[in-house]
Amino acid sequence: MSAYLARRLFYSIAVVVGVSVAVFLITHQLGDPVRMLLPLEASEEQYQAARQQLGFNDPILVQFARFSVDAVRGDFGDSLWMDAPALPLVLERLPATFLLAGTSIIIALVLAVPLGIIAALKPRSLLDHVASLTALLGLSIADFWLGLMLIFIFPVSLGLFYTSGYGTWEHLVLPAVTLAARPLGRISQIVRSSVLDELDKNYVTAARARGLSEQATLLGHALRNAAIPIVTLTGFELTRLLAGFTVVVEAVFGWPGVGLLAVDAIERQDLPLLQADVFVVAMIVVVINLLIDLLYGALDPRIRY
Amino acid sequence: MGEPLLRVEGLRTIFQTSKQVVTAVSGISYSVDAGETVGIVGESGSGKSVSMLAVMRLVPSPAGRITEGRIWFQGRNLLDLNPAEMRAVRGKDIAMIFQDPMTSLNPVLSIGKHLVEPLKLHLGLTTTQAKTRAVELLQMVGIPDAANRLNDYPHQFSGGMRQRVMIALGLSCNPKLLIADEPTTALDVTIQAQIIDLVKRLRREFGMSVIWITHDLGIVAGLVDRVIVMYASHVVETASVDDLYEDPRHPYTLGLLSAIPRLDAAERTRLTPIPGKPPDLSNPPKGCPFAPRCGFSTADCLSEKPTLREVAPGHFSMCHLELSKQAFISLREVRVNA
Repeated sequence: MSAYLARRLFYSIAVVVGVSVAVFLITHQLGDPVRMLLPLEASEEQYQAARQQLGFNDPILVQFARFSVDAVRGDFGDSLWMDAPALPLVLERLPATFLLAGTSIIIALVLAVPLGIIAALKPRSLLDHVASLTALLGLSIADFWLGLMLIFIFPVSLGLFYTSGYGTWEHLVLPAVTLAARPLGRISQIVRSSVLDELDKNYVTAARARGLSEQATLLGHALRNAAIPIVTLTGFELTRLLAGFTVVVEAVFGWPGVGLLAVDAIERQDLPLLQADVFVVAMIVVVINLLIDLLYGALDPRIRY
Repeated sequence: MGEPLLRVEGLRTIFQTSKQVVTAVSGISYSVDAGETVGIVGESGSGKSVSMLAVMRLVPSPAGRITEGRIWFQGRNLLDLNPAEMRAVRGKDIAMIFQDPMTSLNPVLSIGKHLVEPLKLHLGLTTTQAKTRAVELLQMVGIPDAANRLNDYPHQFSGGMRQRVMIALGLSCNPKLLIADEPTTALDVTIQAQIIDLVKRLRREFGMSVIWITHDLGIVAGLVDRVIVMYASHVVETASVDDLYEDPRHPYTLGLLSAIPRLDAAERTRLTPIPGKPPDLSNPPKGCPFAPRCGFSTADCLSEKPTLREVAPGHFSMCHLELSKQAFISLREVRVNA
């Protein structure tokens, strides 16, 4: 297990290094950050002096080394827009992002797993068709539209929950439900297909031949084998929720997450803030993928990379 | 002789798809006495495995189902039991081991978990008692260092060792009947012999009946008391193992025996394969299912299906021609010379 862990950690570090290079190249080499920093009326001498002073005339490897050292220290420079260190600005958005993504994925899992199992137990039955239709609806619905409809139904018509904001659980309900729709649909589909696959396998017949009940066969034998694709997809959907794909829903509900922050940073051409945001999101993705890899190892004893 | 342990009467099993109905088992009858070892021989698709899954009531549904028959086991018709009563029979009174020991064990559960489960379920042991018993069972089937292997997973065992684990699992609750569905087909020849020896020893120790399904007449010769030959969803012949090998009465059995390589055969003797292929079970022939491939068939054979008849004491054959092996051989020679 420790060798497995060490190897997964090594891969994670390699990914972080790759992400740093990408962030560095994109933000330092595309466009001219110095021109963006200076006021429009700055003279050519002032521009050159600033380039020299900020180190942009140094060889690119030296610049990258400086960037890396700063990044390791958590220093991405000051946000131009908010005039404060960039990293803390991103980090203070994290609780909101984690809360929303975590709640959404839990809602999705709690509903999707039973839904998929019910569909798999009676394939082609009425229940299966209803479950499959629900799944299809969930994953194909446009999230901003769903969000607006929920706002229309609950706060506007029924006076329940809030149209936007952050702070209490009542603020959380509508954006979390909105974001849960897609993972709910996708996860229930994969639960159905992987449970169906497993129930067809010889070890299930063998377990039944030992007198195990359908429930024990499903929960004790089939589900654990079906779990790997489910975990993979859940992890993917969770990273998607954490990595800012939620930005439209964050905008609809005025939810202060990292996705909205990234969009604000782009609109204001705030490169240090954008760098910090991208870097933090990348780190989250790496950590989640590492956790998923460890979960694989715990679920399936054959997995030892 | 009292009531046999297992008596199957007129068992019919079909598989229904949207396009066609396939009769996998056509109203077969047979019985297995207590302590007896019976071999069921037949080629792939002859219905031998399905007829055993039917005894366990594990025919894959909803496509497959038992449409007729009775399965008497210890005085009860298994087809009348409710699901909970049937589950109490499976693994407890009747155990089954399968062809492929890799796919028949759950890859993500340890061997110990596999073994403990039925012991707790059927015998009501505590986890500690069940673990102790599990180690004994593994020792009994010849797994070295059994105590330390409980936490190992199926992929950490070799094919032969996995089949030993399956056997330990099958015997864990002292079943009265062990159904072995081609348990050695996936194994090397030397391992096959070890597994057969193991089952021979254990059936004595446990005093249980064994049904051994195989497509290899050679394997069962030294193992079973009686042989049931299946062809195209029918039982075509059943006899004690000696009678069947010495005096086969059904042309299909004769064909199977001629297709076995023999060490004592004259040099350069050719094996005689059976020409043709089995009939399409979604559209079975009207007469004898073997008639189209049979070298001895007559007009009667093609138009009328024979019944399984007693041709000698305890020897049944489903053939219009009640001929002895010798008669068959002379008949064949006459044909060849003509």
